Amino acid sequence: MRGFPFFLTCLLVAAGVFLAARWTENGYVFFAGYVVLQYIVLAIAWNILGGYTGYVNFGIAGFFAIGAYTTVAVEKLVPLPLPVVMLAGGAVSGLLGLGMGYLTLRLRGVFFSIATLAMAVVAQTFMVNWDFVGGSAGAFTIRPMTTPYFGMDYIRYLFLLMLGLVVLAVVVARAIERSRLGDGFAAIRDDELAAEASGVPTLRLKLIATAMSGAFMGMAGAPLPFYVTYLDPPSAFSLAYAVNTIAMPLIGGTASWMGPLIGAVLLASLQQLVTVTISSAVNLLIVGLMLVGFIIIAPRGIIGWFGIGAGKRRRGRGR
Amino acid sequence: MASSLTIEGISAGYGAVRVLEDVSITVGAGETVALLGTNGNGKSTLMKCVMGLVRPMAGSITAEIDGVRHELVGRATEAIVDLGIAFVPEGRRLFPKLTVTENLMLGAFRPAARKVIARNLDFCLETFPRLRERSSQLAGSMSGGEQQMLALGRALMSAPRILLIDEPSVGLAPVLVRRTIDKIKELKDGFQLTVLMAEQNFTQAIRIADRGYVIVHGQIAFEGGSAEELNNNELIRKFYLGM
Repeated sequence: MRGFPFFLTCLLVAAGVFLAARWTENGYVFFAGYVVLQYIVLAIAWNILGGYTGYVNFGIAGFFAIGAYTTVAVEKLVPLPLPVVMLAGGAVSGLLGLGMGYLTLRLRGVFFSIATLAMAVVAQTFMVNWDFVGGSAGAFTIRPMTTPYFGMDYIRYLFLLMLGLVVLAVVVARAIERSRLGDGFAAIRDDELAAEASGVPTLRLKLIATAMSGAFMGMAGAPLPFYVTYLDPPSAFSLAYAVNTIAMPLIGGTASWMGPLIGAVLLASLQQLVTVTISSAVNLLIVGLMLVGFIIIAPRGIIGWFGIGAGKRRRGRGR
Repeated sequence: MASSLTIEGISAGYGAVRVLEDVSITVGAGETVALLGTNGNGKSTLMKCVMGLVRPMAGSITAEIDGVRHELVGRATEAIVDLGIAFVPEGRRLFPKLTVTENLMLGAFRPAARKVIARNLDFCLETFPRLRERSSQLAGSMSGGEQQMLALGRALMSAPRILLIDEPSVGLAPVLVRRTIDKIKELKDGFQLTVLMAEQNFTQAIRIADRGYVIVHGQIAFEGGSAEELNNNELIRKFYLGM
């Protein structure tokens, strides 16, 4: 397996991050760090569809919230270990992605984006009217103080799970970039008609991309009810998730998994910092300012600055 | 063993607009057939029908490849490419932000082509030495002539038996048009291809074509059994060449 050394490196880095967070002996680091990690997963997931194939998905909040609501529903039916629930959330959101892809991938460019936005609105309306998961009143999820595993603090446990998901997302995204699947995605992004004429099965590849992208978003959303303890549709489907998640790869660069990773770490950390020091309302202002700034000074993102590659792996779409 | 293409009674269009009306064409084994006509007469639409990019409203398209007949209407484009039919789209349509090598590799995306990828890559780079020099350059940064070479090379990477070329001369300087047309002839002989080529440039196209069809307003207006026949036809001189 060629990717194994890289996987090990990722695990080591993740272990380092966890130990560093523990070393600070500040519980809030885990609380804030969870959000940063969650955005890394969302940004990498978005980039699988938006960066590699060029289809801009605005329905992030939909996939994310469906993942979270899967947890609420599962909790009510049969309480299962959280990692299993995360897989369930990923499966549901992945299926949603597949269905959405099937319905909308005939649309191109901005029309596709509008359809994805509509999907999120439809999903929200559905949740508002579904009383089993709380409806418009929202649902409470009781977060245990500790986990059954080593008596770990629950927030730390959530942090650790999300860290594991980050490793998974990075490894998968990198594997895609280096595979024929990634070649096919790049062909679709550059010229879909030419890709089709060259025998690239475009519809199938796009469905794979939407399903994978959706599945990761769903998995990122699944622990959310335990994190916030109270989930209601307006906050779960908040447009801020979509705005932030799209801004991160654009700031970091869309050509490689490193772009969304760097963008998410930068933007989400800054947002957490500002929330604590100034006010939470400054959050979205920062996103806007950074987007404008980066489009002017680094249209290919931070990784484009450092000239991370020409060709498929190195050059993303010039924005 | 060479392959042939038979198009029978094809009607096609976009929404309410009819573009092709009962078009029938045959491309015999090992032949080069030119599809002639000015802009907007349906040449590209016919090519897209063959490739499954446009679904015809009526008619049938059959390809005989190595003695086996396949109906193409209703098949997905990738399945048609798999059969051994390659398409060079109008305006080249390269992947501009990928390198020359990556463009060529994408031409061999299908499993059947992947098996012979090394041999075909060698052949492509031998036929177009320029592409070897530029192998790590981005396709979009090359000149028009080089891009056309790459588009032809990419189509050949799928190891085709039948090659469809839509307006190879578009956007090229006259000297490059001549060179491109010569290359097509060379490739056809080297690969034992059956070629259907849509072209506006009448004089260049019939240099290498065995036969030709003139398409006017979505219908076949004239069928020329040989290059001379096309060249000396009154109708063509009057309506098409304006002489």
